[in-house]
Amino acid sequence: MVKIKVDVKGQTCPVPLVECRKALRKATSGDTIEIEGTHPSSKKEIPMAVKSLGSEIVSIEEEGDTWKIKICKK
Amino acid sequence: MENKNMQKMNNSKSNKATIIVHSGDMDKVYSALIIGNGALSMGMEVSLYFTFWGLQRLKKGGLEKGPLSKMNMLGLGKIMIKKRMNNANVASLEKLITDFKELGGKILACDMTMEIMDVKAEDLRQDLIDDYCAVGTYIQEAMESSMTLFI
Repeated sequence: MVKIKVDVKGQTCPVPLVECRKALRKATSGDTIEIEGTHPSSKKEIPMAVKSLGSEIVSIEEEGDTWKIKICKK
Repeated sequence: MENKNMQKMNNSKSNKATIIVHSGDMDKVYSALIIGNGALSMGMEVSLYFTFWGLQRLKKGGLEKGPLSKMNMLGLGKIMIKKRMNNANVASLEKLITDFKELGGKILACDMTMEIMDVKAEDLRQDLIDDYCAVGTYIQEAMESSMTLFI
């Protein structure tokens, strides 16, 4: 069980989505990915991608302009 | 036998995108690579088929060389847009194409364009190109795709 942190603060389309995919490819089943960013659309699009890739969203937090999404790789 | 093939096609149908990159304009190459990377990120398979002016962007040192499709103004418009893109922290085409390959995207080069425009394989970035092919390959890929675009 590894915890992978991805920082895409300040990055824009399509980088947050791409970095999330890269992290999911590297992770093995049961690993947690924590991705932190500021691009507004990615906050809703990362969960869409995670769902279509068959993994699970653990939590979505927001503080000011920054969001943090926790993902569990299935 | 035919039924089996149809079944195979239907099964793979929903999860592949095939994009023709006909334009070599910078903004349109951006569109193709952003959509391609987005589709890969959401779990699709993606093939980009570079032809005509698009193929010029696969020449060594050619990726960032395209003009703007509108308001290029002899390159002045491009400089302005590039500046704005930099300010917005937009990734370079080079990063996008590197990510595209890393996520398993496929790049196809049109061999007829190579012949017409006298482009040799050694003029192209062969490390990026998975195959050199013609319309039959595009149709084959498109038949397996739920999404196909012409840019």
